[in-house]
Amino acid sequence: MPLLLAYSLRNLRVRKLTTLLTAGGMALVVFVFAAVLMLDSGLKQTLVATGDDTNVIFVRRSAEVEIQSILDRAQARIIESQPEVMIGNDGAPVVSKELVVLIALPKRGSTQVSNLLVRGVGREALAVRPRVRIVEGRMFRPGASEIVIGGALAGRFEGVALGSSIHFAQRDWQIVGRFDAGGSGFDSEIWGDSEQLMQAFRRDAFSSVVVRLADRARFDALKTRLEADPRMTVEAKPERIFYEEQSRLLSGFIRIIGLALSLMFSLGAVFGATITMYAAVASRQREIGALRALGFRRASILWAFLAEALLLGFTGWAVGLSLASLMTLVRVTTLNWTSLSELAFSFVLTPAIVLQSLLFALAMGFLGGFLPAVRAARLKIVDALRAA
Amino acid sequence: MSQWLKLVARNALRHRLRTSLTVAGLVVAILSFGVLQTIVGAWYAGVDAAVPSRLITRNALSFTLPLPITYENRIRAVDGVKRVSYMNWFGGIYKEPKNFFPQFAIEPASYLDLHPEIYMPAAVRKDFLADRRAAIVGRKLANRYGFKPGDVVQLRGTIFPGDWDFVIAGIFDGRGKTDTSQFFFRWDYLDETLRQRSPTQAGLVGFFIVDAGDLNHVAQVSQAIDALFRNSLAETLTETERAFQIGFVKQTEAILVSIRIVSFVVIAIILAVMANTMAMTARERLSEYATLKALGFSPGYVARLILGESLVIALAGGAVAIALTPPAAARIGEMTDTLFPSLIVSANTVGMQALAAFGVGLLASLLPMRRAASVRIVDGLRAVG
Amino acid sequence: MTTPRVAAHAARDDVLIALRGVSKGYRRGGQTIPVLTDISFDIRRAEFLALMGPSGSGKSTLLNLIAGLDSADRGSIKVSGEDITRLSESDLADWRAANVGFIFQFYNLMPVLTALENVELPLTLKHLGRRDRRDRAHLALELVGLGDRVRHLPSELSGGQQQRVAIARAIVTDPMLLVADEPTGDLDRQSAEDALAIMQRLNREMGKTIVMVTHDRRAAEHAGAIMHLEKGELSQRVELAHG
Repeated sequence: MPLLLAYSLRNLRVRKLTTLLTAGGMALVVFVFAAVLMLDSGLKQTLVATGDDTNVIFVRRSAEVEIQSILDRAQARIIESQPEVMIGNDGAPVVSKELVVLIALPKRGSTQVSNLLVRGVGREALAVRPRVRIVEGRMFRPGASEIVIGGALAGRFEGVALGSSIHFAQRDWQIVGRFDAGGSGFDSEIWGDSEQLMQAFRRDAFSSVVVRLADRARFDALKTRLEADPRMTVEAKPERIFYEEQSRLLSGFIRIIGLALSLMFSLGAVFGATITMYAAVASRQREIGALRALGFRRASILWAFLAEALLLGFTGWAVGLSLASLMTLVRVTTLNWTSLSELAFSFVLTPAIVLQSLLFALAMGFLGGFLPAVRAARLKIVDALRAA
Repeated sequence: MSQWLKLVARNALRHRLRTSLTVAGLVVAILSFGVLQTIVGAWYAGVDAAVPSRLITRNALSFTLPLPITYENRIRAVDGVKRVSYMNWFGGIYKEPKNFFPQFAIEPASYLDLHPEIYMPAAVRKDFLADRRAAIVGRKLANRYGFKPGDVVQLRGTIFPGDWDFVIAGIFDGRGKTDTSQFFFRWDYLDETLRQRSPTQAGLVGFFIVDAGDLNHVAQVSQAIDALFRNSLAETLTETERAFQIGFVKQTEAILVSIRIVSFVVIAIILAVMANTMAMTARERLSEYATLKALGFSPGYVARLILGESLVIALAGGAVAIALTPPAAARIGEMTDTLFPSLIVSANTVGMQALAAFGVGLLASLLPMRRAASVRIVDGLRAVG
Repeated sequence: MTTPRVAAHAARDDVLIALRGVSKGYRRGGQTIPVLTDISFDIRRAEFLALMGPSGSGKSTLLNLIAGLDSADRGSIKVSGEDITRLSESDLADWRAANVGFIFQFYNLMPVLTALENVELPLTLKHLGRRDRRDRAHLALELVGLGDRVRHLPSELSGGQQQRVAIARAIVTDPMLLVADEPTGDLDRQSAEDALAIMQRLNREMGKTIVMVTHDRRAAEHAGAIMHLEKGELSQRVELAHG
C-alpha cells in the first residue's frame, strides 16, 4: 500500500521540528549503542588478531598473563625439543622464548606515565609471528642493547622514536626499527633480545615460550603430554585463546555498562516517540475517521501509524549510525586490566553492528508507536469524524 | 501572579499522558546521569581515601616490578621518615577467576599502625599478629562469601605459584571511603613459603608505605628516598598515596572520559524529548495564546506561561530522579559488589542533577516561547488544532 | 431460478435502502439516551433525499447507520437486499469501500496528500493498476471541474475546491450510494451552489442515490425529497418538483 506509506512519510516531513527532535533523541541512543559495540569489537579484534592459530603459548600453571609467569631454562628447553614443533629452514625449531616486563614511560605532552610492555624475544620471533614485519629501520641485532618499537607507539610516548634511545634497567636502549603487527596488540609493544633483557633485569627465567606447530591438529597431544610431565609446571594454550581471554574483563565491562546504558537511554527515546505519535494521532482524528469511512480497515490504520513510528526509528538509526561511524577515526588507548599494559585500539564498525543497531532503532520506533497506533486503530469512526 | 500559577499548573495537567511520559523520561535520564556521575566518582574513591602524609615507594620502572626487602632499613633511616611498612599484591584466585577481590600480603603490625582507618576489635588484631597463617577480611568481603573467624580459605596463586591456605582471624571495618572488600594476610607467611617454592620471588616487596609524619616534609622525604636508590638496580619512585591512586585512575582515563561523555548524551536525549513536548504543546495552544494577547496580556506573560510549564515538568522529573538516585546507586553497588568499593551520591552530583533538570526545562521552552510571544493575534486566532 | 425471484420482488424493485424498526441510543453515565426510536422507511434507487432537523435530532446518527459507520441497537437496514447490520466490522469496511461514497462538512482530506492522491486513496483498496488508478482519479477530478488542480495540496485550495475534491473522492469508486453530512455547512453561498449542482448532476445524469443531511433549507431544496427528523421521529416525506 505505497500511497498509505507516502501518507506516513509525508506526515513526518510536515511536522519537521517534531520529527527532527524525536528522531534526534533516538539517534543519540543509537550512537551510544553502536559506539559501545564498535569499541568492544575493536578491542576484541585487536587482541584476537594478536594470537595466531598455529602458535601455542606456554606459561606457568595458573598464570593468566605473561608478566605473572616464570619458566626456567630447563623447562623451556624441554618445550622446544618436542616433536610437534615446526622446524625451520635453518633446521632450528620455530620457537620464541620470551621475557615480558612492564616499564612506565611518560606519555607525550603530559606528566602522566603509562605502562608499556617490553618483550624480549628469541631469534626466531619473526618466523613464529609471520604477520609482524619490520617497516622502518631494521631488526635489533642479537647480543646488542637494541630494541624495535610497535607501530601504535610512535608519537604516543616521550622519546620513543626511531633513532633515539630510551633508558631503563640501567642501560640505554637504541631504537633501531619500527614494526607493523597488522593492528594487533603487538603494535603497542617494544621488542628486544630476550637474553639482553634478562641480563639487564637480572632474571634467569623466561616468562613464556611460544612455539609454532608443524600441524595444528597435534595441539592436544602436545598439551596433554607436557602438562602431565612431572618436570613441568606449565599450561599450554592456543595463542589465539590466550589473548582472547585477555580481552574478557575489559570487554565484559564495556558491554555490560554500555548495553545497560543504551537500554536505559532508549526508555527516554521511546517515551519521546510515544508522545510524538500520540500527538500525531490526536491531531489527525478526522483524517483517521475519513480513512475508515472510505473503507480502510483498522489494521491499515494501525500499520500507517506504526510505519510512521518505524520511519522515525529508521531516521534515528541513519543519523546515529553515521555519527557513530565517525568514531572509527578515533583511536583509544587504555590500560588493559588483565595484562596491566596499555593497549591501543580503534572503534570497528562491522556489518553485524549495522544490523543490530538497525533492529535496535526499529524496536524503539515500534515500542514508541505501538500504543498510539492501537489507539488510532480503535477510534470509533463516528467519534473520529466528529473530533475538532 | 497566582492567576499565572494556576494557568501553568492546569496547563501542565491538561495532557496527563503526555506530561507523565515526559516526566518519566526525565526521571530515567536524570537518574542515569546521577548514577553515572556517582560511578565516575567511585573510581576516585581510592584517591579520596588517601591520607596526605602517607607516601608510596615503588619500583620506578613499573609497579609490577618488585623492590628488595633490604630497602626497608635504608628508607627508615631517611630523615623525616616516621614509620615504614610494606606490602605485596597477591592476585590469587578464590575458587573461580570471576571471584575477584584485592588481596595483599602486609607486614601486619606496621601496616595496621599506619592505616588507622582500618579498625577491628583488639582480640582480632591480637590473633592476626599471633598466627602466621592468619588473615583479616573486610566487612563487605566477609558478607559476600560468608567468611567467619576460624574459616580456612584457600587461594590459588597467579603470581606466586601454588595453593595458599589462610585462617580467618577476624573481620575489619573501615572509616570513610575505605574499601572493605580487601583481604590482608601476613607478608612473612608469603616470604617463607616462597623461599621453599619459588626462591627467586622471595625477599621482594611490591610497595613500601612511608609515614612522613609532617605534611611539610612530604616533598623532601620523597626526594630523599628516591635519591638514595638512584642508579641502583631497582630505582624507586616515591609519591603521595593520593598521587599514586590518581596515577592508577589516569591509566583508565579513556573509559572514564567515555562514561562522562555518555552521561551528558543522556541529557541531550531528554532535552530533545522535552523540547518536542513543549513545541507540540505550544503549537496546539497557539489560538489560546492569541486569545490571551487579544485580551491584553503581554507577550512576556504568554512566554512566561510556557516557561513556567516547562520548568514545572522538568523540575518534577528532576526531583523524583534525585530522590531515586541514592537507592539506585546502592542497588548497583550491591550488584557489582567489589567492582565499586563505594557508590555514595555526592552533594555535587545532586547539584548537577538539579542543574541539568533546570537547564533542560529552560532550553526546551526557548523556541516555543519565541513563537508564542511573536504570534500575530489574527493568525493565532485562525489556527485551529 | 432467477426469473421467478425478479418477478416476486418487482414491486419493491426501486427500493435501494429499507430501514425497519431501527433504534439507536447513546450511553451516558450509566443510562441510555435514545436518539432514534423505531424508525422505518425506504429510500428509492436513484433518489436524492435530504434529511433535515434541528441539532441533536439524530439526523447524523441516522446517516451514519445508513452508511455503515455505526451500528444500530435494534432493527434491520437492508441495502440492495443485504442486511448491513449483520455484517462484521471488516466486512462492513469492505462493503463501504465498494458501495458508499462520503462527503463531509469539513471535507476531511488528508492534508499531506495532493488532490489527485486524495481522490486516488479509496482506489488503493481495490485491485487496480497504478495507471488505472491515476486515470480514474483524473476523470473524477475533471468531473467536478478541478482537472487543472490535481497537484495542489488541500491547503492550497479554497474551501469550495476542497469540497469538490472530496466529492471526486466519493464518486471515484463508482459507488451506488453517496452520503453527505452537512456538505455545505462550511462553504460560502456560491461554493455551496456549485457543490450542490454537482451532486444534482451526479443524481440525474449518473443515477447515484444520494442521502444528504443538512439544516440549510436552501441546500435541501436541491434534493428530490425532504424528510424531517425531530426528537428521534421521522415526519412524512415531502416530494419536491424540479423544473
